[in-house]
Amino acid sequence: MKKKKNKPSASAMNSRLISRPIRRCFPIFMLPTFIAFCIGFIWPFVQGLYLSFCKFTTTQNASFIGIENYVKALQDPTFKHAFGYTTLFAVVSIIAINVLAFTVAYFLTQNVKGANVFRTVFFMPNLIGGIVLGYIWSMIFDGILSKYDTYLLAKTEYGFWGLVILMCWQQVGYMMIIYIAGLQSIPEDMMEAAKIDGANKWQTLWSITIPNVMSSVTICVFLTLTNSFKLFDQNMALTGGMPVAFEEGGVMVNTTEMLALNIYQTFYASANSRGVAQAKAVLFFILVATLALLQLRMTREKEVQQ
Amino acid sequence: MKEKRSFGNKLLTVIFAIISIVYLVPIFEVLINSFKENSYVNTDTFALPNAESFVGFGNYIKGVTFGNYPFLMSVFYSFVITVLSAGLILLCTSMAAWYIVRVNDLFSKIMYYMCVFSMIIPFQMVMFTLSSTADRLKLNTPWTIPIVYLGFGAGLAVFMFTGFIKSVPLEIEEAAAIDGCGALTTYFQVVFPLLKSIMISVGVLQVMWIWNDYLLPYLSLDITEYKTIPIHVQYLKGSYGTVDLGATMAVIMISIIPVIIVYLFCQKYIIKGVAAGAVKG
Repeated sequence: MKKKKNKPSASAMNSRLISRPIRRCFPIFMLPTFIAFCIGFIWPFVQGLYLSFCKFTTTQNASFIGIENYVKALQDPTFKHAFGYTTLFAVVSIIAINVLAFTVAYFLTQNVKGANVFRTVFFMPNLIGGIVLGYIWSMIFDGILSKYDTYLLAKTEYGFWGLVILMCWQQVGYMMIIYIAGLQSIPEDMMEAAKIDGANKWQTLWSITIPNVMSSVTICVFLTLTNSFKLFDQNMALTGGMPVAFEEGGVMVNTTEMLALNIYQTFYASANSRGVAQAKAVLFFILVATLALLQLRMTREKEVQQ
Repeated sequence: MKEKRSFGNKLLTVIFAIISIVYLVPIFEVLINSFKENSYVNTDTFALPNAESFVGFGNYIKGVTFGNYPFLMSVFYSFVITVLSAGLILLCTSMAAWYIVRVNDLFSKIMYYMCVFSMIIPFQMVMFTLSSTADRLKLNTPWTIPIVYLGFGAGLAVFMFTGFIKSVPLEIEEAAAIDGCGALTTYFQVVFPLLKSIMISVGVLQVMWIWNDYLLPYLSLDITEYKTIPIHVQYLKGSYGTVDLGATMAVIMISIIPVIIVYLFCQKYIIKGVAAGAVKG
């Protein structure tokens, strides 16, 4: 709600009276987080970058081989397939989740009796972990499909739409909470002014409500975008990449395998392709970071400054 | 707007009530199938258990004792890891964030931007190197893995805390400093109580993440000795040729009941925490 505009004045005000004693306590305040951050992020990240240019089976026996891993990663048909599949999934799920979440949030803020109960119900699936969610839904889909003498892993389409439904079930509640917060922060006088001017519900929705919740849209699209690209647990538990198809040249492709799962399989299915897996991981990181930044820039422009 | 509820609003309540019931069907399905004999789970998924398929708590007993690893140990370790990690993250990153905002030197700025940067890194980027580092530093037990969580989870927490602390008025701390409080006393007596609401937000997000996390503990922990709930469920389902669906559903039920109970009691905080956490982003 509050924009970070008053930041510089606050930091300029920091007097030495405050900062000096804190600085003296560096080992207590900063050091634990800093050390853990080095162990848990900086070192693995730097080492990961380096290893993507190496041939290795463990971190100890790496030998530098240049960009060979990247060439292999980009030529890998399973990686290309996973990229296409993930992109398609991301587009469909971003649209589905955000449209549903906004619709639910919009109607729930219309003075509905029992809104709190409904909100509680819709948010609940978020508390269940991805692995467990995957197994719950695989049971349900198999139960439905068995009526038609088929099963979830029989067709790529089943796995795809199954995952979309699963992710909607899980994420709509979360995004709804963010949209509700956005909708409730719209100044009431703006709504009243629209009413007095004789705007109907649709006009108010398009010209007042939606432009005013654009900051929520930014956040929700950002979260759904990164969540769908990084998706792993649900993908592994629901289909695990099945069914298998053979592309020309006899290459075996797991048709519902997303990028994160593809990288995981490349790492751990055999120890021989770890360099390629690490190169894939670096490409994956660049992709996710680029998309996230592009998206933030694009929707931020549409936000209304209050 | 305290107008009387119109017919449209009443209709909305009815529609939402129906959607809510449909929304809960999957959880209800788990419940009823956890009482069915395995062979009926796949063929009569949506039927209520009848005299033929009902097995009482048989699935629960089977699920808890299935395999060579007691399920309750997994519950225990999940609990230990979540509580220790979330506690450590809240304490350490709030202190670090205070340092970043108040000292605001070059090191603080670099640390802050590194934290923001770390938030968009997919786990796959660091998973191999992180797990081998954790292994070498003996961070592969439930008692030490919180350090890994502190490191990998620091980004979001530091980001949220710094955003909040920037809006905390400096005058209170100045007054404390003039009264002769050292940095530690100022932090714990003055600043810490002011951070309550953001602590809840960060805590909720971290607990939801750590409790449900699969890949990080799976790769970092010594899993022959220590399992968490997601690892256990995956192990039940993944590594056996003949999967007992009834028993799996029983195990899933045991793992989600405490979560739902906690949620029903603290849902006000959880939902507020999520909303506040997102707005900061």
